[in-house]
Amino acid sequence: MQESLVKLTDVTFNYGNSSVLKDITLTVKPGEFWALIGPNGSGKSTLIKILLGLLKPNKGSVELLGEPISSVSHKERVGYVSQKSNSFNSGFPATVLEVVRSGLTKKTGLFKRFSKADTEAALNALLEVDMKEFADRNIGELSGGQQQRVFIARALAAKPELLIMDEPTVGVDQQNSASFYSMLEKLNRDNGIAIILVSHEIDLVTDLASHVACLNRTMHFHGGRRDFAKLNDNDLSRWYGHSVRLVHQKEGDTSND
Amino acid sequence: MIEALFTYEFLQNAFFSGLIIGVIAPMLGLFIVVRRLALIADALSHVSLAGIAGSLYLSQQVLFFAGLNPIYLGMAAAVGGSLLIERLRRIYRNFEELAIPIILSAGIGFGAIFISLAKGFGSDLVGYLFGSVSAVSRQDLLVVSILAVGVFAFIYLFYKELFTLSFDADYSQASGIKGRGIQMFFMVLTALVIGASMRIVGILLVSSLMTLPVAAAIQVAKSFKSAMLLSILFGEISVVTGLFAAYHLDIAPGGTIVVTAIVILLLVLMGKRFTGQSTVRRKGEVL
Repeated sequence: MQESLVKLTDVTFNYGNSSVLKDITLTVKPGEFWALIGPNGSGKSTLIKILLGLLKPNKGSVELLGEPISSVSHKERVGYVSQKSNSFNSGFPATVLEVVRSGLTKKTGLFKRFSKADTEAALNALLEVDMKEFADRNIGELSGGQQQRVFIARALAAKPELLIMDEPTVGVDQQNSASFYSMLEKLNRDNGIAIILVSHEIDLVTDLASHVACLNRTMHFHGGRRDFAKLNDNDLSRWYGHSVRLVHQKEGDTSND
Repeated sequence: MIEALFTYEFLQNAFFSGLIIGVIAPMLGLFIVVRRLALIADALSHVSLAGIAGSLYLSQQVLFFAGLNPIYLGMAAAVGGSLLIERLRRIYRNFEELAIPIILSAGIGFGAIFISLAKGFGSDLVGYLFGSVSAVSRQDLLVVSILAVGVFAFIYLFYKELFTLSFDADYSQASGIKGRGIQMFFMVLTALVIGASMRIVGILLVSSLMTLPVAAAIQVAKSFKSAMLLSILFGEISVVTGLFAAYHLDIAPGGTIVVTAIVILLLVLMGKRFTGQSTVRRKGEVL
């Protein structure tokens, strides 16, 4: 197993003349659960796109799974759940199983059809997220929370070592969102899958995650949850550019940094 | 018509070409419709009009073109149009649909110029616009058959990539699927099928055969696979019924094929209403 799953070193990214990310350094190791927080427009989604290889930084280096991002040979080892999954075409004629199995497209390879083993892997991924009984249902018939579970299953089908999620609970109500996060905690704890989770729900995700990164163009903080918990609201408010107050829901928890 | 089918070669050409187009047009159409790009087929058919009109005009001016089947220039124009659409969709990343009216207008514009220059083409052009049972040659049937082999092979080999791209383009890009080449090849094949289908269905109606059977199928299909099979079934019913009606009523097959497809769509919608299924999908229980 490689030393780090993600290694960003001094990454800088500009959209035209405007600076979006400046000198970002971050290392994610196997089994870690990172919460990536920051205000709107802070560059969180841009950072995710950079570490997925969808955007090229102006400066700095990006390594994924121990290889330079431009030459990652097994990208299927990284699962991705995008922000936009919530706004997919709900009229699309596809069953839940077909959607989850599509997560194996890259792993199966070009010119090959899905095998029975692929279908089994997709059903197992659905079992992981408690959605196996919905396998033959049309994806558009499910609620927002159920659909997000299906998209997690799609990312899990190829048995990834790292799961990257960009605001996966946008449009999902608070109760379903809490249930969704506890499922992520279980996947991280029981299956050892490393997670990078972008979210605006600071209290919730900083209680769940083992590590926190606070971004607003530059990296203001990155480290374990225990160190993050020592920070006061003034620090966060300064980084966010507006008043922020943290209300921890699991006060007794400690970081594993 | 069945007796005549055994007797006349032109009827065999039209019937078998129709049967093949009835399968491949809705097959490609499903991927186009689910990506909300249904008007691309319209744009490409209008571009092929420019190619056909250009070829007919040149056939009056240059000897070489007099012996050339206009369908080839129509297909070439459609392929050129499909590549331009892909390029424009990348230029107008935030207004992707803008590529379609640009190419559609260009197609009609060039078509109108060639038609005017040639002072009209009479019955020739009417055949291309609305289709013709008698105009399909053995050579046209051969072209359609070769194309069908290409379409089947492409869909068989890239089914999972096409599904993933169609369902969630962002996800497929993030997971490392090389979608650009597949998308480009898909567009070229679509353009070729549109170009080759116009003898039967006609330029103005060819896009309907790609979209109407799919529109009916996605009303009742639960899975992508069943949507594809139903699209093909509805496409075949439309083509066979339309060709029989066109032959017996001595009218353009494009019209009868498309009207049959519309009747099927209406029947499906009424059937859903009758069985109490809403056209708006019901939402499942909350998590």
